[in-house]
Amino acid sequence: MTISHHPDIANLMCCAAGSQPEAFAAVIASHLSLCKTCCCEVRRMQQIGVALFDKLEPVGMSGPAPVVAMRAGEADADAKGDPSSVSAPAPCGQNAGEVPRPLVPLIGADLDQVAWRWVAPGIWIFPVPLSKGCCGELRLIKVAPGKTMPEHGHAGQELTLILRGSYTDAFGTYRVGDVADLDEGVAHGPVACPEKGCICLMATEGKLIFKSPVARLLQPLLGL
Amino acid sequence: MADLLQRVAANGDVEAFRALFQSYAPRVKSYMMRQGADPRTAEELAQETLLTVWRKAALYSDDKGSATTWIFTIARNLRIDRLRKEVAWQPLPENNDEEPSPEPTPDEELSERERSEKVRSVLAELPADQSEVVTLAYVEGLSHSEIAQRLGLPLGTVKSRMRLAYQKIRDALEDLR
Repeated sequence: MTISHHPDIANLMCCAAGSQPEAFAAVIASHLSLCKTCCCEVRRMQQIGVALFDKLEPVGMSGPAPVVAMRAGEADADAKGDPSSVSAPAPCGQNAGEVPRPLVPLIGADLDQVAWRWVAPGIWIFPVPLSKGCCGELRLIKVAPGKTMPEHGHAGQELTLILRGSYTDAFGTYRVGDVADLDEGVAHGPVACPEKGCICLMATEGKLIFKSPVARLLQPLLGL
Repeated sequence: MADLLQRVAANGDVEAFRALFQSYAPRVKSYMMRQGADPRTAEELAQETLLTVWRKAALYSDDKGSATTWIFTIARNLRIDRLRKEVAWQPLPENNDEEPSPEPTPDEELSERERSEKVRSVLAELPADQSEVVTLAYVEGLSHSEIAQRLGLPLGTVKSRMRLAYQKIRDALEDLR
């Protein structure tokens, strides 16, 4: 896989800092599972957190080291894996590997088995559940081959990762593993790949702003 | 510090653990308070972080970075889990055990100590406006939008300050090669 479009440096930093809103973090974590370049970058960025942590003014502990709990926990000490990593079940089946590992627990391992909801001719979505009270939205979008998405702008940031096929807009062609990192106010009307169409994972902060009055009218019904 | 951790791993050495606890728990508590926890919760999270260090010490190895990096990673993941109430969507790539380690970037071949000293010295010299956004993101756990709101700045300004700060760190690390 050759990845030619990466998330903005500032978004990778936000991920390294652990301060990214959940929807965006999902897109970045999925991209990182596919992109070694960004992984290296994020590892470098984590050094910033470690350096700042090291410099923090210590706050005295009121209790001693938890020796009793330490002893009590010894019975099941090795029951769980490394607490500093997150793992997901290994994908299997025909489309194995198509869904980035961090996403598998939420959408399953097969893009063809997702409970797609039809929203318009040639367009299906699947809202990915997020924790209660977190800001932003995360959804899968499937666009039929050659179909053009209605031109839209963004009230906030939009971060999109391509999972299958590709799309092209004024900024270029985005293929599997690529991330389109669009700021507030940028408008685009992506066209899906004529052969394979396009399935992507999209995180948004604010509502999409459609140019066409019809699309705007239908927006609440479509769940966009 | 890494040898204390190894003593805990190899022999369940309680004295070595007490030394780690004294050195790290107060900083973890401080970190949790900066992230918005009240002192009691911060104390509990610091206890829990160090308890996890005790239980999982055997999983630590030098290639996961210094003891500080490893302990901070545990604290940070616990913080995402408890304080934001959001899924731990932010696995730290280097700690993913199932993946073979990615090729080290050239600057990763430098010793961890050299690199962290460099990062520290660049951070200390950042212009105040860049240092401010970096601290808010890393230490206080604010998202870009939250930083923009807090400082009354456009989102784009927050992001460009973050980028400038990182560029300096990246350049400095490359100079080390």
